[in-house]
Amino acid sequence: MSNASYTSRHAMGKRVIGQALVASDGLSARYDLNRLKGVFSRPTHKLVGQNYIDKILVLDTAKGGVATAWMLHEMRSRNMCPSAIVFNTVNTILAQGAALGDVTMLAGFDIDITTKIPHGAMVEVDPEKRSIRVLSPEEYPTFSIASGDTARVHGPR
Amino acid sequence: MKLNDEEKAMLAGEAGQVAKLAIEHQLQVGRFFGADDFVPVTQAHIMADTESLGQAGVVWLEKLADANEGGVRIPTITDPRGTDFVHANDLGQADWMLELERRAIEAFVRLGVSMTDTCINYQTILAATRGEHVAFGDTGVVIYSNSVSGARSNFEGGPSALSAGITGRTPRYGYHLDSHRQATLRIRADWTPKTLDDWGSLGAIVGRHAGNYWHVPVVEGLARAPTSDELKHFGAAMASFGSTALFHLVGITPEASRLADVGGDKLPITHRVTHDDVIALKRSYAVDSSVDVVVFSAPQLSLYELRDLADLCKGKRFKRPLLAVTSPQVKPDCDRFGYTDAIESAGGTVLAGMCFYQSYAREMSEAKGWKRLATNSAKLVNILGGYGYVPMLATMQACVQAAETGELQ
Repeated sequence: MSNASYTSRHAMGKRVIGQALVASDGLSARYDLNRLKGVFSRPTHKLVGQNYIDKILVLDTAKGGVATAWMLHEMRSRNMCPSAIVFNTVNTILAQGAALGDVTMLAGFDIDITTKIPHGAMVEVDPEKRSIRVLSPEEYPTFSIASGDTARVHGPR
Repeated sequence: MKLNDEEKAMLAGEAGQVAKLAIEHQLQVGRFFGADDFVPVTQAHIMADTESLGQAGVVWLEKLADANEGGVRIPTITDPRGTDFVHANDLGQADWMLELERRAIEAFVRLGVSMTDTCINYQTILAATRGEHVAFGDTGVVIYSNSVSGARSNFEGGPSALSAGITGRTPRYGYHLDSHRQATLRIRADWTPKTLDDWGSLGAIVGRHAGNYWHVPVVEGLARAPTSDELKHFGAAMASFGSTALFHLVGITPEASRLADVGGDKLPITHRVTHDDVIALKRSYAVDSSVDVVVFSAPQLSLYELRDLADLCKGKRFKRPLLAVTSPQVKPDCDRFGYTDAIESAGGTVLAGMCFYQSYAREMSEAKGWKRLATNSAKLVNILGGYGYVPMLATMQACVQAAETGELQ
C-alpha cells in the first residue's frame, strides 16, 4: 500500500528510492555543504551536521551562486552526492548541475513539498511520472541494488 | 524544443562531438524548464574555479579540448580563477591546487576561451547592451547585466555557459523572455545607502525578501542614482542572498523608467526597508571584535575602489593581513597610479585574477589560521559561513582600521 504522491512541473533523471532529508531551507553546494565530509556545514542551515550522501534532499529553493553547476558533477565523481534533490522552486544553476552531474531532480509543486514529506521517510522519486511518493514499510528496499536498467536504489545510512 | 537545421546538425554530430555534447546538455536543461527553442547569444562568461570543478571537472574540460574541434564560436571569457599564481604561497595554497588551475587554464585556452578571470567584465571588458541575449555565469555579472544594462541572461553555470560558447545559443527560458522580466515584488527603500557595505546590505535584504530565482523585485524610494560600484555591491549581494537574477530601480534602471513599465503599479508595497534594517543585518554578523584577516573581494574591486582603499592605507602599518582583489585588467592601472604601492607599503596585498571565496577558502583558512574575517562585501559574508569563517561586515574605513589594530570597531 502506498502513501500520497506529489507531482511536480519539472523533472529530470532516473527513478531513485532513498531516505529523505527535509527542511524548509535552501541549497547551494558552495554556501551550505562541506563537500569533503559530505555534510551540511553552514551553521545556520536547518540540516547542519547531517550527512547528505545518497539521501533525497527535499528543500524549499535553490540558493546562491553558480558553483553548484560544477560541484554536483564533482560530488558525483567521488560518490559523495545526494541521490536526488526535490525543490519547491529551483534556479537554473541547480538544474544545470543536475544535468551534468546525473542527479535526479524534481521542482515546482502546487503545495509546499517540505511540509508533506516527513523528515527521514523513505521515498521514491520518479522523474518519468514527475512524482515523489512516501513508501510504506513493506516497500522499503532490504539491500542496495541497481534495479533494472535505470533505477538507483539506496537504503538509509 | 523546436530545433532549426543548424541545431539538428549539431545534435547529429555534424559539427563535432563537442558541439553534440554541448547541445545535448542544453536540450536537457531547456526541456526541464519548458523552453520552446534556442536563442542566439553574443557572449558567454564561464565560472570555473577549480575548487568547484574538482579533478572531475578538469578532466571533463580536458576531454573537450582533446577533441580538437575548434572550441567556442562566440566571445567567451572567464570568471576569477582559484589563485593569483604570484601570491599563491602567501595564501597558503598547495601545489596540487595550482597544478589543477594550470590544467584547467590550458584546457580553456585550447577551447578558444579568453582567460579574462574577472567578475566585473561589465566594468572592464565588454558591457552587454539592452536587449542583448548573453550566457553569463557569475551571479553578480548576470544581475548587473540584466538589471543595469538591460541585457538578457539566466544564471548559466560553467558547463552551460561553456556549452553556449560552443553552440552560440542557449535555451530560451527565464530572463530571455519578456514575461519573466516584469516585477513580482514591490519594495520601498525608506533610506538611501551611503557606503558600499550599505548598498550591499540593502541588496542582501531585498534578496532575502525576494527569496528565489524567479522573483523580480522593483525598488522605489532611492534618493539618487547609484554609481556603478554601488550597483555592483547591491546586485551581487541580492543575487547571493536571494539567488535573484534581475531587479528594477524605478527611474534608474533601463526597463523601469516608470513603475508601471515593469507592472509595479499593480503590486502592493509588501516590504519597506529602513536604515535600522541595514544596521540589524550588519549587527547579525558582528559577533567578535577580533579580526584575523581583512578581505576586499566579491566582487573584484574597480580602479576607484582601489584608489579609495589606497588613500585609507597611507601612513598605516597593518597588524593583520589585508587582501584587496581585483581583475587582471584593473591591476596594471592600480600599479601605474601608485595604488598598489600605497596598499602594500602598509602591509596589504593586491591580488589579481582571483576571488577570495573561489580560491579554496576553507583550505586557506586552515593553512593561515584565518577565521575571523572583516570585509565590506555583503556577498562575501553570506558565502563564507559555510567555509568555517566568522565573517563580519563593515565599512571600508573600519576594515582598514581593523587591519591596523586587529580589532573591528
